[in-house]
Amino acid sequence: MATDTLHHGATAEPHEHHDASGTKLFGFWVYLMSDLVIFGSLFATYAVLMKGTAGGPTGADIFELPLILFGTFALLISSFTFGMGVLAMHANRVGQVKVWLIITFLLGLCFLGMEVYEFQHLIHEGYGPDRSGFLSAFFTLVGTHGLHVTFGMIWILVMLVQLSTKGLNAMTRPRILCLSLFWHFLDIVWICVFSFVYLMGVL
Amino acid sequence: MSASSTNAHGSVKSYVTGLVLSLILTIIPFAVVMSGAFSVLATVIVIAVTAVLQILVQLVMFMHMSTKADEGWNLMSFVFTLTILVLVVGGSLWIMQHLHLNMMIG
Repeated sequence: MATDTLHHGATAEPHEHHDASGTKLFGFWVYLMSDLVIFGSLFATYAVLMKGTAGGPTGADIFELPLILFGTFALLISSFTFGMGVLAMHANRVGQVKVWLIITFLLGLCFLGMEVYEFQHLIHEGYGPDRSGFLSAFFTLVGTHGLHVTFGMIWILVMLVQLSTKGLNAMTRPRILCLSLFWHFLDIVWICVFSFVYLMGVL
Repeated sequence: MSASSTNAHGSVKSYVTGLVLSLILTIIPFAVVMSGAFSVLATVIVIAVTAVLQILVQLVMFMHMSTKADEGWNLMSFVFTLTILVLVVGGSLWIMQHLHLNMMIG
């Protein structure tokens, strides 16, 4: 914070800047809450259709838990590395922020790779979303999460470019904070998917 | 100023604590499901409790939700969203289960 004041010169400016960034963050938080309602309705749909296997496979038949655990760990650790990136941002170390963002991106890629492999494998076996109500709901729920992760990764790439061209300033800082909220939020949604879809699905 | 900003943005310690707790809270239900040592009901309870705990850990440690940040508005909006979620998810399950029973297919 001390360096912040030095950079801005005037004493009032950092405070105003903090307020504007706080409003942006809260606005983004409200968006995340609305996104949570989307995921909530998809969870409700899944819970309703879970038993509708139409003679096809159940969760216990198709879920490969060790693979899912690997993806879960990748996403959990990526949430932590993003947190480290935010701390580096507050310490004004733009190089470190980039390194942490790249690590986060790679971990996100591991997670996405796991999911694409799982989906491909299921569709190849003939258990695509058109097989049963259960699989439709499953692919919609998990696919929507995967789509969010994909967009989060595109956003990370955009931030890496902006950090290189613009550096850390009043414009890029709130963006990184919003992205960090988005990324942590996806982690929390995945915990629900992992617990209520995968773990309970194999019981 | 500096004390409040450390609170709002977290520290290495809070992120490490969050990560370690999250990993433990992921491994516990996974081990319980894989071992199959408990009854189905007990396993479901373990999964639900560790999931809720882990969500709270991440909301506080990673997303810094608190009564102090944004004068508690982030917490308030989250509680409001939870209410909506309970209505949407709980209500759907309730209605659909009755429908299944009445149509004798459940």
